Amino acid sequence: MIFKNNYDVVIAGAGPGGAAAARKCAEGGLSVLLLEKRQEIGAPKRCGEGLGLSFVNHIGFKGDDGFVTNMVDSACLVAPNGKEIMAAFPNDKGCILERKMFDKALCYKAAEAGAKIIAKAAVINVLKKNGKIIGVKAKIDGKTFEIKSKIVIAADGVESKIARMAGLNTKNRAKDIDSGFQYEMAGIELENSHRICLYFGNSIVPRGYIWIFPKGKTVANVGIGIAGNRKKTAKEYLDEWIETQPGIKKGSIIEVNSGGIPVGGLLKKMTLDNFMVVGDAAHQVNPLHGGGIDEATVAGELAAQVALKAINSGDTSDKTLQEYNSLWWKTRGKDLEKIEKYRKLVEKLTDEDMNILAGAVSGTALLDFAVGKGETLIKILMKNPKLFKLARHLI
Amino acid sequence: MCRAGFKVILMVSKVDNEKCLRCGGCVSVCPVDCILLDEAKGITVDAKKCTSCGVCVDFCPVGAFSIKKED
Ligand SMILES: Cc1cc2nc3c(=O)[nH]c(=O)nc-3n(C[C@H](O)[C@H](O)[C@H](O)COP(=O)(O)OP(=O)(O)OC[C@H]3O[C@@H](n4cnc5c(N)ncnc54)[C@H](O)[C@@H]3O)c2cc1C
Ligand code: SF4
Ligand code: SF4
Repeated sequence: MIFKNNYDVVIAGAGPGGAAAARKCAEGGLSVLLLEKRQEIGAPKRCGEGLGLSFVNHIGFKGDDGFVTNMVDSACLVAPNGKEIMAAFPNDKGCILERKMFDKALCYKAAEAGAKIIAKAAVINVLKKNGKIIGVKAKIDGKTFEIKSKIVIAADGVESKIARMAGLNTKNRAKDIDSGFQYEMAGIELENSHRICLYFGNSIVPRGYIWIFPKGKTVANVGIGIAGNRKKTAKEYLDEWIETQPGIKKGSIIEVNSGGIPVGGLLKKMTLDNFMVVGDAAHQVNPLHGGGIDEATVAGELAAQVALKAINSGDTSDKTLQEYNSLWWKTRGKDLEKIEKYRKLVEKLTDEDMNILAGAVSGTALLDFAVGKGETLIKILMKNPKLFKLARHLI
Repeated sequence: MCRAGFKVILMVSKVDNEKCLRCGGCVSVCPVDCILLDEAKGITVDAKKCTSCGVCVDFCPVGAFSIKKED
């Protein structure tokens, strides 16, 4: 494997965040090294694989690419009492990806732009000189290398070890991380294979939800995201629920996935001298639905934009890189912070609250709510005496 | 044995790497940063640092952790 011992930018982790940063930096003319500790980029997935079509377009793909397994046009939200609320996606279709192919496609783009990517290459520490980061120590092919760089970008996902080594506190507090568990299942029965289904209720999944994201007529990701401090493991809750669903229960297990979903604790500070952190590693995830592919990508792009400017001006100090902090907070942070507040309210809902809600609101209002636009929902709640209290919390 | 003559039983977090799916979630929640994930070997817990707080036990989606007596 040929690589240099000196780059403009070294990036740790080749998920969507790292790949986006690598691509943008390379397109801007910087020399880039992207290191991924797993032997195959994108596998095994830690993801339900749902992503909006408009976002797939945003990153330069049409949606007919190999990594899109299925398109979905609506969601069905199921209340604890079984009431189903349908919501058509008004402006955007949803793609269910094959994450492994998607993550690789992002890396192909980055490599095309000139970034050097190496799989099975783990960053094991940051290099420091006079307290400032000057590169990384990496284990590649069983050997340890010191690689210098002007900027290090940590995109190492939920583990977020690199940022902690660098000196940022990116630890997830127990209350700010959901446990995720999922089966990819085949041979199951789906009522509508172009609709995602979400199940709520404190008896089946306290402070969380179960999802079915169809990848085809008889194939789907069946998963659960659930808050901590509960009686059983995420897997146990999901297994018990599947037992009650004959159409799912009869299926086969094709893949087993687990993961942590950082659903809170947004970071005020994501930079140091010569250092930035993006994606799950910086807790950049939608706190309500747990989606983070788009968030990591956007953050990677913003970080690259600032890195490019900084390197070209010869000043990669924390002060300069902080522009990434402010850009991110302006474009995404504010929304996510609002959604984090929504989440705190949702966690308090009893099954009865949810049932009343399901009888009173439209699916579209709920979908808007999940992306930070709660205004319509609040209006509906205000009109309903039983739900008035909830509306007050939201305002 | 401590000086008062009581036997001190140290409890630490143990992981069942047969169950572990290598997702790395526990690494990010351990308050004292004593969990390490190696793709091949799985999870190792630094018993010297572990405070047996149980956060990893609560988090792990598949229940791979348990708090046990140190060998
Ligand atoms: C169960 C579950 C379901 C989800 N469903 C969805 C969904 O449907 N839609 C959605 O948008 N999001 C979903 N998410 C969230 C989404 O998967 C993440 O937000 C997204 O992958 C974050 O991208 P990232 O680039 O920050 O990190 P990751 O994609 O996690 O990539 C980080 C990479 O860094 C590598 N790495 C770690 N440490 C090192 C190191 N020391 N050196 C080198 N490499 C390292 C890792 O191996 C990994 O490949 C889900 C998450 C979970 C757990
Ligand atoms: S949280 Fe559980 S499954 Fe995930 S890496 Fe840790 S021990 Fe393994
Ligand atoms: S019990 Fe607490 S200190 Fe010990 S490994 Fe688990 S989270 Fe870390």
